[in-house]
Order: sequence, then structure tokens, then C-alpha cells
Amino acid sequence: MATIVGGITTSHIPAIGNAIANGKQDDPYWRPFFEGYRPVRAWLDAVKPDVAVVVYNDHGLNFFLDQIPTFAIGAASEYANSDEGWGLDVLPPVCGNPALSWHVIESLMADEFDVTMCQQMTVDHGVMVPMSLLWPGGAWPLSIVPLEVNTVQHPLPSPARCYKLGKALGRAIRSYPDPLKVVVVGTGGMSHQLQGERAGFINKPFDLMFMTTIASDPEALARYSIGDLVEAAGSEGVELIMWLVMRGALGDRVSTIHSHYHIPVSSTGAGVLVLENAA
Amino acid sequence: MSWSAHDYDDIPGTYVFNGRRSTTGYPLNRMCMSFNSAENRDAFVRDEDAYCTKFRLTREQRDAVRERDVLRLVKLGGNIYYLAKLAGIFGLNVQDIGAQQTGKSLDEFRAMLVAAGE
Repeated sequence: MATIVGGITTSHIPAIGNAIANGKQDDPYWRPFFEGYRPVRAWLDAVKPDVAVVVYNDHGLNFFLDQIPTFAIGAASEYANSDEGWGLDVLPPVCGNPALSWHVIESLMADEFDVTMCQQMTVDHGVMVPMSLLWPGGAWPLSIVPLEVNTVQHPLPSPARCYKLGKALGRAIRSYPDPLKVVVVGTGGMSHQLQGERAGFINKPFDLMFMTTIASDPEALARYSIGDLVEAAGSEGVELIMWLVMRGALGDRVSTIHSHYHIPVSSTGAGVLVLENAA
Repeated sequence: MSWSAHDYDDIPGTYVFNGRRSTTGYPLNRMCMSFNSAENRDAFVRDEDAYCTKFRLTREQRDAVRERDVLRLVKLGGNIYYLAKLAGIFGLNVQDIGAQQTGKSLDEFRAMLVAAGE
């Protein structure tokens, strides 16, 4: 049977992609951020997952406002990256795992999550920036199942709904017959706001609280409303609901293997976590 | 026509992208989506107003595009992820448009971000 080797959360800020493309990892501005990923890669080198389920939101590459699914899952054998309009390098495609995707889709539907099924799906920086941070070099050593969550067009799924989706995702993965090692990656956040007179809002105390509480008491975070999250984490900081999907896929008790937080990356508080199920 | 109230409506300086805003902003956001193609970005640069007209932007939206006024575009229903594609054509990144919307210089805006980490 498949096993979940752990969960990672990471910001997916586009500026990180540009910094990598321009080889700026050792610049004074960027070094403290990139240093935080060294232990994550060491952990990945040790556990060697076969597949990553990447929970992300599309920012206007694959989906437009004409049709916005709340939850969409890729079921393709390959996911291409493409021009997002403002100058990020287009990266090589990532392999999919259609059999695992369809198993997850069937299991989620049986669990009353009516997901949108995508056999063609371009993936934007929400997937590619985490891929580049976790597996640098562009030769991706594993396949992915992209799980897209609407964080653009309100109403968004509530934090509680996302946490429950994560629980159902965990059941889906653990019931897959092949002995795959799966890592679940929750992307986005942390606090940031790109729009309005409140642009540039970052809430460090909230981010730090979120990073510890998601390990120890995720249900407390699942009780937030979307409005609460907009207020505490900023209008774009609501992307943190995707961290709750990751957390739900793990067990009730987890160990924090690594935690790192840095301000600012572009206009955002950037956090990275590695969690494992507690023994 | 009446629109539902929300718990986020009164957060200062924040324009949550709900159905009401998306309805107003649809032509503008649809134009921004087209900028995923380099060919369309070039066509916009060649004749901005004709391009805006083709996508049926309102007069107010066209004026705000001409003035590179991101805050007004947000208030006119632009979604910031889509507006980022338009801003990119003008050579503006998210820090530039953050500074513009908050009435700060770029240095002041960056200093505010750094201070958030202290």
C-alpha cells in the first residue's frame, strides 16, 4: 500500500522563481530565505518520495473566471508550465501518475468531495516554484498529482472544508495498492496582501502562531472563517487554507522535522515546514 | 439588485474579490488573461485603447488603464493576480504596485515590508 512519508508547506512566491532563474540564491537579500530549504532537501534526499501531491492555487494560467472549480485534480501523464504573462521562465514539464490520480479522484468522490477532473492542465508558479525549491535543477525526480484549490474567486472553500479534504486525501492515498512513497505539499502564503491601500500587510505573529498550531492543533485553525483569515493574513494570505489540506492528510499527531520563517520575500512572509506522522 | 453582506466587507483598504467585484471586472480581467500570450501583449502595446475597446472595458476602466492606476483598477473589479499581468507589461512588479496603491515611494514600501519582520 502507498504510504504518506510526510508533509511540506512552502510559499510559492513568483519572485523566488526569478531569483532561482537568475542564480541569486547567495545574494544577501535571498540567502536567509534559501538557507531555510537546505534541511528540507536533506530530508527529501533521505525519504526519497516517489510522488508529490501538490496542493496549490492557479493564478490565471489554466483556469479563468469563466469557469472556476473549487477543487480540481490533475489526471494527466504530464503537466506543462506556460507563459504567465509577466516574465517568469517557463520550466520543463512534470510527469503525472494517472493511475494514482484516478484512484484519488474515485476515493474523494466516494467521500463526498465532488472534484473537477482535469486530463489537460497547465501548472503555474503555484506548482513550479515549490518544485524548483524542493528539487532544484529542473530534472524533476518524481511525478506529481496537482490538487488545485480556488483561492481567487470568492466564495472560497472554508478552512474547515479544506482540512476535511485533506483527511479524505489522506484516506485516498493510504488506500492505493501500489507501495508508493507519497509526500503532500501544501503551498502558498504566508501572510500577504497585494491589493488595496492595505497592500504590503504582513502579520509575523500570526504566521508564527500558524506554523506551530498547524502541527499541534490544526482544528483550531480550521475554525477560522475566510473573513478571519483575510483580516489576519491579508487578502492573498488566504492561500493558507491549502496548508490545512496538507495537514489533514497527515495523522492527528505529527512531529515537526523542520521549520523556517523569513520576511520579506517580495511582499510576503515566507514559511517552510516539514512534518512527519508521529511514531 | 441587492448584494449579500460579508464578514470581510469592512476590512480597511481591502477589496475581497467576490461575485459583485468579479461581475464588474469581468471584461478587464478577461483582457488581462489574454496577456498570457506574447502576441497579445504586443498587440496591447501597439494600440492600448483599441485593445481595451476590443475587450469591452468600460470608459472608467480604460481611463484607469491609461493612467496605470492599479488601485482604481482594483476598485473597478480588477483581480490583483490578473492585474499583475497588465502591470508586468508596464514593467511593474508586486512591490511597485504595492507602493503605488499605498501612496508610498518604492523605498518606503520596501522599508515597511522589512520592518514587518523586526
